[in-house]
Amino acid sequence: MEDKPRIGVYVCHCGTNISATVDIDTVTSYARSLDSVVVAKDYRFMCSDPGQDLIKQDIRELGLNRVVVASCSPLMHEATFRRVCEEAGLNRYLFQMANIREHCSWVTENGKEATEKAKALINAAVRRVFYQEALEIPEIPVNPNTLIVGGGIAGIQAALEIANSGNKVYLVEREPSIGGHMIQLDKTFPTLDCSACIMTPKMSDVGSHPDIELMSYSEVEEVSGYVGNFKVRVRKKARYVDEKKCTSCGVCQEKCPWKAPSEFDAGIGERKAIYIPFPQAVPNIPVIDTETCVYFKTGKCRACEKFCEAKAIDFEQKDQYIELEVGNIIVATGYDVFDPSPIIQYGYGRYDNVITGIEFERMCNATGPTGGNIVLKGGSAPESIAIIHCVGSRDEHYHAYCSRVCCMYALKFAHLIKEKTDAEVYQMYIDMRCFGKAYEEFYQRIAEEGVKFVRGKVSEVTDQAINEEEKGKLILVVEDTLLGSVIRVPVDIVILATAIEARSDAEQVARLFSISRSADGFFLERHPKLDPVATMTDGIQVVGCCQGPKDIPDTVAQASAGAARVLAMISKGKVELEGITAVVDEEQCSGCKTCISLCPFNAISFDEEKKVSRINEALCKGCGTCVAACPSEAITQRHFTTEQIMAELEGVLV
Amino acid sequence: MATLAPYKEAAQIIEEEGGEALKLCYQCGLCTAVCPWNRVTSFTPRKLIHQAQLGLVDFEHDEVWRCVSCKLCVDRCPRGVRVMDIMRALRRVIVEVGAGITPDALRLSMKNTSGVGNPLGEEREKRTDWVKELGVKTFTKGTEILYFPCCYQIYDPFGKRVARAAVNIMKKAGVDFGMLGAEVSCCGESMRKAGSESIFQNLVQSNISAFAEAGVRKIVVTSPHCYHTFTEEYPEFGGDFEVIHFVQYLSELLREGKLEFTKKLNKKVTYHDSCCLGRYAGLYDEPRQVLESIPGLELVEMRENREHALCCGGCAGRFWMETKKGERWSDLRIAQAIEVEANVLAVACPYCMLNFQDSLLSPEWGDALELKDIAQLVEEAM
Repeated sequence: MEDKPRIGVYVCHCGTNISATVDIDTVTSYARSLDSVVVAKDYRFMCSDPGQDLIKQDIRELGLNRVVVASCSPLMHEATFRRVCEEAGLNRYLFQMANIREHCSWVTENGKEATEKAKALINAAVRRVFYQEALEIPEIPVNPNTLIVGGGIAGIQAALEIANSGNKVYLVEREPSIGGHMIQLDKTFPTLDCSACIMTPKMSDVGSHPDIELMSYSEVEEVSGYVGNFKVRVRKKARYVDEKKCTSCGVCQEKCPWKAPSEFDAGIGERKAIYIPFPQAVPNIPVIDTETCVYFKTGKCRACEKFCEAKAIDFEQKDQYIELEVGNIIVATGYDVFDPSPIIQYGYGRYDNVITGIEFERMCNATGPTGGNIVLKGGSAPESIAIIHCVGSRDEHYHAYCSRVCCMYALKFAHLIKEKTDAEVYQMYIDMRCFGKAYEEFYQRIAEEGVKFVRGKVSEVTDQAINEEEKGKLILVVEDTLLGSVIRVPVDIVILATAIEARSDAEQVARLFSISRSADGFFLERHPKLDPVATMTDGIQVVGCCQGPKDIPDTVAQASAGAARVLAMISKGKVELEGITAVVDEEQCSGCKTCISLCPFNAISFDEEKKVSRINEALCKGCGTCVAACPSEAITQRHFTTEQIMAELEGVLV
Repeated sequence: MATLAPYKEAAQIIEEEGGEALKLCYQCGLCTAVCPWNRVTSFTPRKLIHQAQLGLVDFEHDEVWRCVSCKLCVDRCPRGVRVMDIMRALRRVIVEVGAGITPDALRLSMKNTSGVGNPLGEEREKRTDWVKELGVKTFTKGTEILYFPCCYQIYDPFGKRVARAAVNIMKKAGVDFGMLGAEVSCCGESMRKAGSESIFQNLVQSNISAFAEAGVRKIVVTSPHCYHTFTEEYPEFGGDFEVIHFVQYLSELLREGKLEFTKKLNKKVTYHDSCCLGRYAGLYDEPRQVLESIPGLELVEMRENREHALCCGGCAGRFWMETKKGERWSDLRIAQAIEVEANVLAVACPYCMLNFQDSLLSPEWGDALELKDIAQLVEEAM
């Protein structure tokens, strides 16, 4: 250690968040009394400009070479105070934070105990910072290419934003076409734009963009590396159609004799075994579903091959693996629609005319299986339709959260029904949530159209009629809470406004990209308010419904924000790496290689000549696994040395 | 127009009993819509909960006495509100604090239970009279099992048949069991739900010490209500013994090959899930297994079964209160049994049994349906 440590301690009141519980004066004068502490001060908001200036001034004037701030969680402001130190010429690793808010004032009302704990935490931080050392912060260049996973509206928006700046984007979509859920929708609220009309120009822009490499019917299999320098392995699934030869003429699907429920039509229509999912698909290239295709089962048929003039059918096609190098990744994997079958009281799957919202979208659409006619199974016109809100949402048995779009799409459905039929429409709602721009006005407009609103959660949909009016109908049982009585509502069609839920494979995807999920299953953003796009893994952003339920405007805004994050990184061109890395003491290393197999970042290699492990500092993330595992105690983690940790422990315990 | 001036003492009890969940109710009305009362009259638990949230309950209103704690609404509530606990709290405010008037019928049962340890007002000493006829030994230290029938299975002539069947089955299966007499009292389950917490706690204390003194480790009960309170409520007062309901015990004996049937019962039987055995304890399979094992017996399901079963209407003190003709759930349930052309309605609960018994007295049903406890059917086939 070159200089004798000169420590400054700064105690924050955090308004009254800390000072209402912790006795600031006692704590500050205690800090002043600690060994090597040159100065201890308190301030109302240490993170404010005057607070920061206070620290900077002391570093310069009093020659401080270590700083402790006792305030909130390091997650909140460690970056702030490290920057403050650097601005005053002090290496960021000579700073330590004592969390006297989340770990102290917020968890007890007992002022005496809180004050004692604050003292202990500050003592620990002071003792620790005593041994801390300046660390080098390596910088590396950022690869300007970006991977976007998911080709729904979120992925498309982000891809176009980035590619329009002249940077390369790889857009990976696991389905045969991009478009996601939005391309399935008939109209969009509250403007009633035709969804396909506003979506297809963007889709074709993606398809023809010189800087977007669209990899449809492909999945990300492996991700390694780190911010600025990711390596990604993509599996391009066999379509059994040669993309280069195919002319998108559609003869193959015309001639194919085998049928399966259409994913695009939410199962209410059919498609062939070889199919282009929908007319505006991008790319407009068919794919063979090997589960349905009889050739793949029996070796006979090949009708598509016989009729394909371009000779594009290739039954021998194999999955291809492609390695990509990118600097940033945007995850835009979207959502699943809640399956209402477990709510057996609503009769989905049991009664023909109980359908989900997404099925209604397809029924209502002119290109859908009914040609846009809203009809009962069998084709007759409905006299009345009920829409049940919050199916799978706001219910602790399924999802406690609000899906945020159902009230609005239920209103949209009501409008479409009124436009196309003479049916009465009932909204069975609990609370109307019409929060967006022009949403409340849309609610008003639909009310004016004569839609009936019943406030209550439907308990049951039944076909057990108790009188003549109910015969042949589906009857909803509900307490209209505004009437204060239970009513039975006979209708012809029941639409379930089903929830948005996290993808069923969200856990695997989270693991693949080393990102976290919140309790509701969606991907976790770095900060719910101030950093809603980034994740805890640098270089990986989450946008759209994979981060939480949201409508199209919010999805597009978040996708653009994700793109802005990526562009900022590309524009800066370089990224700082963590200075906290592990280092091997070659004298101590026995060459057992334990560390090599454990390192999650493949950062350790073996020096065959010296028979010792060697750590690549650019790859090391400072996780400490090797340090804990090394049987010879030959590995030290910078900033977490035994000396530092012991000093911190002693500080807490004394 | 009412001024918002909450009744503080009441509000406090309600809050303690209803817990955090009371605050969570978002007034969707699902509880009202699923409540069977609304098939026969009008009852809005949702409104009562909102009144409870604001401390504005009308304790004079007979709505407070409606809920039978069948738990149908609790299992469906999207916010996890334990509606029946809130209803129990409202009754406590009436019974214990005197905020309203306890219905006469209920007051009489409470008085009886508090005085002689059973709601029928029968003498304690008569508890073992009929047992002597059957030659059941008194439970002493070292006896494996205590058989604890419901008070109605001890004193009521109709209920008695079930306890008798249980005793005969256990004897035939060679089970080492005994019974206790005047030293034990009613389990108190319905007292608590009806609002009398103090009577309940007295019964709990006296039963726990009687069990401890006799060295009871394992209890077989023939009432789901005894089962519920012994397993879920007694432990918080120090009750520490294994409890099994007789249908569980039968299914155990069946598995071990200790039930031998010698006769065929050529009957079409439907089983009525009691709330305390079904929705409370999740015991749906055991009673059905036992019934299906009886030779010749055909088991059919009513429209509403298992988790969705319609309650008989007799829990939580409703059993003692008169329910007007036309409002009895037991009548609806019998219609469901007849709908599936059953000739036997099988039960495993004394309240269900006596409620259905009452309903079947009405001439409209003729003699299409026989009412039997599972124990009786098993005994018949042995």
